[in-house]
Amino acid sequence: MSAAAPALSSRFRPLPRPSRRDIGGKGFTALSGLAVLLIAAMVAVILGNIVWFGWRTVTWDFLTSVPREGMTAGGIFPAIYGTVALVLLMVIALIPFGVGAAIYLHEYARPDAWFTRCVRFSISNLAGVPSIVFGLFGLGFFVQFVGRGIDKALGVDVVWGQPALFWAALTLALLNLPVVIVTTEEALRAVPREMREASLALGATRWQTVRNVLLPQAMPGILTGAILSVSRGAGEVAPIMFTGAAYFLPYLPASPTDQFMELGYHIFVMATQSPDVDATRPLLYGTVLVLLMLTFLLNLTAILLRARLRARLAGRS
Amino acid sequence: MTVGASVPGTAPRGPARPVPVEPAHPNPAQPAESVQGPRLSTRDFSLYYGSHQALKSVTLGIPANSVTAIIGPSGCGKSTLLRAFNRMNDLIAGVRTEGEVTVSGIAVLAPSTDVVELRRRVGMVFQRPNPFPKTIFENVAFGLRMLGLKDKGELEARVEAGLRHAALWEEVRDRLQNSALQLSGGQQQRLCIARCLAVEPEVILMDEPASALDPTATARIEELVVELKARYTLVMVTHNMQQAARVSDRTVFMLSGKLIEVDETQKLFTSPREKLTEDYITGRFG
Repeated sequence: MSAAAPALSSRFRPLPRPSRRDIGGKGFTALSGLAVLLIAAMVAVILGNIVWFGWRTVTWDFLTSVPREGMTAGGIFPAIYGTVALVLLMVIALIPFGVGAAIYLHEYARPDAWFTRCVRFSISNLAGVPSIVFGLFGLGFFVQFVGRGIDKALGVDVVWGQPALFWAALTLALLNLPVVIVTTEEALRAVPREMREASLALGATRWQTVRNVLLPQAMPGILTGAILSVSRGAGEVAPIMFTGAAYFLPYLPASPTDQFMELGYHIFVMATQSPDVDATRPLLYGTVLVLLMLTFLLNLTAILLRARLRARLAGRS
Repeated sequence: MTVGASVPGTAPRGPARPVPVEPAHPNPAQPAESVQGPRLSTRDFSLYYGSHQALKSVTLGIPANSVTAIIGPSGCGKSTLLRAFNRMNDLIAGVRTEGEVTVSGIAVLAPSTDVVELRRRVGMVFQRPNPFPKTIFENVAFGLRMLGLKDKGELEARVEAGLRHAALWEEVRDRLQNSALQLSGGQQQRLCIARCLAVEPEVILMDEPASALDPTATARIEELVVELKARYTLVMVTHNMQQAARVSDRTVFMLSGKLIEVDETQKLFTSPREKLTEDYITGRFG
């Protein structure tokens, strides 16, 4: 820079002083604070209402016995058992498929290839399909087409070709597939490029790099996808009502080809089909409370696991 | 030059080859004269990112057991040239190359070349230290495990040897099971060098290895580079001309994708043949 350059201030009128009051900032803070309050209040009202009317119902007996007298008495054990079994089966089916698809899309597929675009397009559309459509699809495809096909191939009577825990879990897995694919891909993308380069430069193959460097570092993100899908899976009713959930079953499902009771569907049934609304109401509240607690519990486990993984990746522990 | 048994460093190696770890090293110091021709070379090598030509017909030979510095202003293609030797440019979509690149007589760009094996033989140290979020031990053991080494005793011995060669062993011997991320930046970079040495490369490419480090850590890396040339062929990209002058035997000056001048460092910095080189090293541009 040469000294001969004239100072800018000699060519323009003086700049206005910076505003000290920052009205925009204050207004925006107030508005966004209000939005936060509103959300917190809504959650508090819903949770408060459920806990207030539900906690007395949730006894050991309620948790461990079967419904009696047309859902006006007894407990919800078969529904709890069914829900846990459903969610576990769903996760087992969902995670390998979802993570596999994400690895393929992120690592192996050529991003601008026709096939890759088709797959991506399908995934984003799958995410937009209403859950009741998944339910009907499950019935038509899994139960009637695949299930009956298996029965015919095995030469047995109706074993697979009917609504069952297995088909309901697969339908739910399908519903949650986009969530897992998108979160896993996001997690893979978030692994710094330097990590991949370091691994490849050391003579690791592509798969070794995925297996030993990318996946471990993406694991917290993959768990986030699993958490989201568990929360959603435990509460969805529409995809399972045609594919395996039963109105009432006095026994527990013993195999994946059995039908099952599920908390969300049980809540729906009690709210709409009860012969005595007043007698059912406390049970209904109790069941909702149990469903929420179950979801929180499943989530909490996954969140704790994720926190441990993150700490290890960050070099603490 | 053909690959032959007369050149110990170039003999093909399997993962399970039993090698005594201490003190013998598979790349014993050997005078550069014993190798016929350069360890690394390019001939009329051009590289395009899409339609942009990043390297323009570069022809270069790099002798074994020496330190070669590549200098030049940002964007001149020096990192791209470095990454050609272990085909790291493959990772970028839309890269196209012409001409020849050889490492120990092997045609690097040939489709039949085993890139995984090439990258094991041509190690790389990056601009920012990039240890894996694993323990110190696992970082150095990584390449060995990828080769299929499982024996605990051998892994331990090789990890120790790698850390010793990278002048890091004394600082970390008591905390091998700690996370590598707890090390300082300079230690992390030496860990990355140890990790690279553990898989017994012949060549080490360094892409501004000290640019993210403080002066003390930089000095240690520079000392290490000078020590390592007894066993390895080193190529170092650097922004820092003093660094090039301090550690390198030969210096390559690049500008806008072209190789302008290559000579012994002493000569290049004191009596450059090209006007452009002189302008650059005297700070007239860049």
